[in-house]
Amino acid sequence: MNTVIFRTAAPALAALMLVFSVFVLLRGHNEPGGGFIGGLMGASALAIYGIATGVRETRKAIRVHPITFAGLGVVLAAVSGFISLPFEVPFLTGLWWIFDVDGSEIALSTPLIFDIGVYAVVVGAVGAMALALEGDEGED
Amino acid sequence: MEVALAGLIGLFLSAAAYLMLSKAIIRMLLGVAILGNGVNLLIFTVGRLTPEVPPIVPAGETLPLAGSANPLPQALILTAIVIGFALLSFLLVLGYRAYQELDADNTDTMRIAEPEAAPRPPLSY
Amino acid sequence: MASQPLDFPTAMIEAPTAAADWVMVWPVALALFGAGLLVMLRGQGRLQFGLAMLVIAAIFASNLYLVLRIFEAGPLAMTMGKWLPPFGITFAADMTSAVFALAASAAAMAVAVYAQSELTEREERFGFYPMLLLLLCGVSGSFLTGDIFNLYVWFEVMLISSFGLLILGGRKVQLDGAVKYGFLNLLATTMFLVSIAYLYGLTGTLNLADLIEKSGNIETGPLLAVSLMFLFAFAVKAAAFPANAWLPASYHTPAVAVSAIFGGLLTKVGAYAAIRVLTMAIPASIVHLQPVIVAVAIATLILGPLGALAQTHLRRAVGFLVIGGIGAIFAGFALGTVHGLGGAVFYAVHSMLAITVFYLLAGLIERMTGATDTLSMGGLYGASTPLSILFLIMVFLISGLPPFLGLWPKILLVEGGIRAGNWWLAGALLVNSFLTLIVMSRLWAHIFWRNGPEGERSEQPNPELRRLDRREAGFGLGATAVLMALIVGLGLFPNWLFEASGIAAHDLLSPDRYVDAVFGGERT
Repeated sequence: MNTVIFRTAAPALAALMLVFSVFVLLRGHNEPGGGFIGGLMGASALAIYGIATGVRETRKAIRVHPITFAGLGVVLAAVSGFISLPFEVPFLTGLWWIFDVDGSEIALSTPLIFDIGVYAVVVGAVGAMALALEGDEGED
Repeated sequence: MEVALAGLIGLFLSAAAYLMLSKAIIRMLLGVAILGNGVNLLIFTVGRLTPEVPPIVPAGETLPLAGSANPLPQALILTAIVIGFALLSFLLVLGYRAYQELDADNTDTMRIAEPEAAPRPPLSY
Repeated sequence: MASQPLDFPTAMIEAPTAAADWVMVWPVALALFGAGLLVMLRGQGRLQFGLAMLVIAAIFASNLYLVLRIFEAGPLAMTMGKWLPPFGITFAADMTSAVFALAASAAAMAVAVYAQSELTEREERFGFYPMLLLLLCGVSGSFLTGDIFNLYVWFEVMLISSFGLLILGGRKVQLDGAVKYGFLNLLATTMFLVSIAYLYGLTGTLNLADLIEKSGNIETGPLLAVSLMFLFAFAVKAAAFPANAWLPASYHTPAVAVSAIFGGLLTKVGAYAAIRVLTMAIPASIVHLQPVIVAVAIATLILGPLGALAQTHLRRAVGFLVIGGIGAIFAGFALGTVHGLGGAVFYAVHSMLAITVFYLLAGLIERMTGATDTLSMGGLYGASTPLSILFLIMVFLISGLPPFLGLWPKILLVEGGIRAGNWWLAGALLVNSFLTLIVMSRLWAHIFWRNGPEGERSEQPNPELRRLDRREAGFGLGATAVLMALIVGLGLFPNWLFEASGIAAHDLLSPDRYVDAVFGGERT
């Protein structure tokens, strides 16, 4: 795996994959995509970066531990449900706020928050697992 | 179609059962993986098979087309795949760790929690 | 049909949801939220403990309010995301769900405090508290959900957090136990999923309230197959007799706090699911399954304490007593009468609290004697008065002797057995009590009355004894004593529990009120 081509290409490839994973996440509500597969792409970007540059470099590059990401995702998912409370609708009801910015429609919603949460959970959990399996200081 | 799929599911489940009866943990893991896939296929089949109409509401309509596929089993399978994936990867890491630490890929030699030479029950006070 | 305009008010719930109805959701949502938050705060030991306690206390309060509301107004339900049931995922609670959830949160609170005396910093950093909350989330979710597929999801949430807890610390013996626990439980939940798939194929619904009506139309053959598969899956989860091997192989391996929460909660979730699905949602199945369940219950009742009798490892012996308790719950489940089911619910509450205390007590004993095997324990009677008192209460409590909590559900169960003319079951319940009493009094004699380790030097004082340090005495003994005080209190004033289990059994057998709560009274 330690070829020059791979090592040179991997950072660019990982960056591209991360951007694309966010794209997939955001188009997810009405078209194929969403938090889960976006998250898997994000996690594979981490895994590729880890294979190319080593696990320690990857951990340094993402700054926080991937599991922290997963925790953030769970919190976001729970919060997207709590938002229903003041609106007198049941837990996890989809609420939409559609803004018109410069002629294009921007739809913000609680499902979006939930999806971002799923994305973070998947990136965090799968990323952590991938980094652990790629050989590391024995952290599970 | 249902009959063919039922046969396939039976094949999956019997392969899984055969593998899981093995003493080697790695085979048991493979058995669990196949079992998960067989069960997903099963959910898909019991949700009734319909040919080639995806359960997507066409633009401008409020109801899906008549005779379209049942979307619920697909949602169930997606959930089951995600959960099965998480559990399988956990078991994979666990099996690997057990192999490293206990030096055993064979459940017969894995007797630390229940030692073979356990003391006899107390016979006297 | 395709271009027919949709009438929106009939597709969505339009009535506003009162904030008070969220009482169903808080236990799950708060636990999930707390678990996520604590994962983000890895490495902040003190803060983790404080936050976890806060969340569990809030869950306990919410469950208490839920019980009170159900006493007042009957079952409650809330369907997620405004979708009308049976299409939306429903959370529904009757008295059974509520008292189970309440007991679970009480046990979790005691365990969270006890863990402070036991966990190393490393274990705490690796996430004991987040996983404890996630486990509580899974357990509360299983109790409160009104959708069978959702029940499966909560089983898996519970399973994955229990895996994490089981290998916390990573000692060899834990890995060994976790392999067995992991494979067999995964097999059970997969079996559960298979049965759900068949049930869905037969009825076309996953909502428990909806199933009550639709399961009546299933023909006998498929009904029998599906309900037997459900019974198998739940029996493995509950560790009932032929499928109990994983429990004594794994429950003694992790930290004591983890053993306690597992023994207290996990098997009861299996028993709860069996009662909820087979008795309530597929009532026709019980007629056919009853002989099987009676046999399972009798075997479990007798073999549990017999297994404990053969053990010298203290926590493994407790593991077998957990199995004996499951036998009692299955006995009530098998009877399927108001007395039987009421006794089962009552016994489950008793068992959740009592087994949790028992493991915590066993942990303290292990601490003081420095041993895990009763052969080398001894002399605690002179060394620790509080432990002796607590253990003596435990002897009476677990064996079901007056005046403690264990007596009351046993009375209900035995009375139910006699009324139903099922003498074998009634007899097995009494034999179970008797055998448990032998196990317990022998443990008492070996650990407390005998001066030293077994053998020639058993009259010499035990040289290994040590005192509990301040942390262990404060958090460990404190939590154990408080939970025990709660159990003693409940045992002395059991009236509300009798009333609650009566209501629970009634609503399980004729679940009209449950169905009304789920469908908003529109379908009667």
